[in-house]
Amino acid sequence: MRLEYFQLIDRIVEIDLPGRKISSEATVPAESTIFEGHFPGYPLMPGVLLIETMAQTAGWLVVAANRFERMPFLAAVKEAKLRNFVKPNQVLNVSATLEHEGSGYAVTKARIRLNGDVVCDATITFRVLEFPNDEMKSMMHAWAKRIEFPSEVPAHG
Amino acid sequence: MSTTFDTIANIIAETCDIPRDTIKPESHAINDLGIDSLDFLDIAFAIDKAFGIKLPLEQWTQEVNDGKATTDQYFVLQNLCTRIDELVAAKGA
Repeated sequence: MRLEYFQLIDRIVEIDLPGRKISSEATVPAESTIFEGHFPGYPLMPGVLLIETMAQTAGWLVVAANRFERMPFLAAVKEAKLRNFVKPNQVLNVSATLEHEGSGYAVTKARIRLNGDVVCDATITFRVLEFPNDEMKSMMHAWAKRIEFPSEVPAHG
Repeated sequence: MSTTFDTIANIIAETCDIPRDTIKPESHAINDLGIDSLDFLDIAFAIDKAFGIKLPLEQWTQEVNDGKATTDQYFVLQNLCTRIDELVAAKGA
């Protein structure tokens, strides 16, 4: 996780477009100023950042489904449940499925597992729009490369 | 057995917190009831579940964007009911 850049997943493990699903991995950093406040003497990964971790994973699935032609922006989070604490150094397995794509929106279901147990889950909706500019699109390609976005998923057309 | 209109009016009232008695067959979901596209997505999912169909939202959006259809055809509730009844009939055919 690069908490300071709000880039929360370390690598994409798999994108299965026919199966409309994705999995990713994210390791909570050992240290962060976030943990100095949340909470002093008892560092916990904030729930909103776990939701964002799910959203970024699901978002990459939407990017893949749109062949890098359109960009998902977070629009709704429903039924988010934070079932257990997540602490520094823990390795998170994140997964998401695509429930609806089209009409300008994508609806996904996402969850995070820790050692096999579900620690959080939510239904996450995105507004899917054209990339606002070329700079963002190229940054997304660079980010995709860094997190091992699979080369067999076409990045163009 | 409730009518198609009653079912979707109840879904809209519940999903968008709109008083049920303000929802009429001639109401336009967007222009009269003020439902935005994000809320309509929730309504469409609830309709899909209630009727066992899949509203072709993407196709409708495309038709409106291309000028081949007006929003009235899909978003005036009595017209939406007709579309739903057609989809239910097609499913049973």
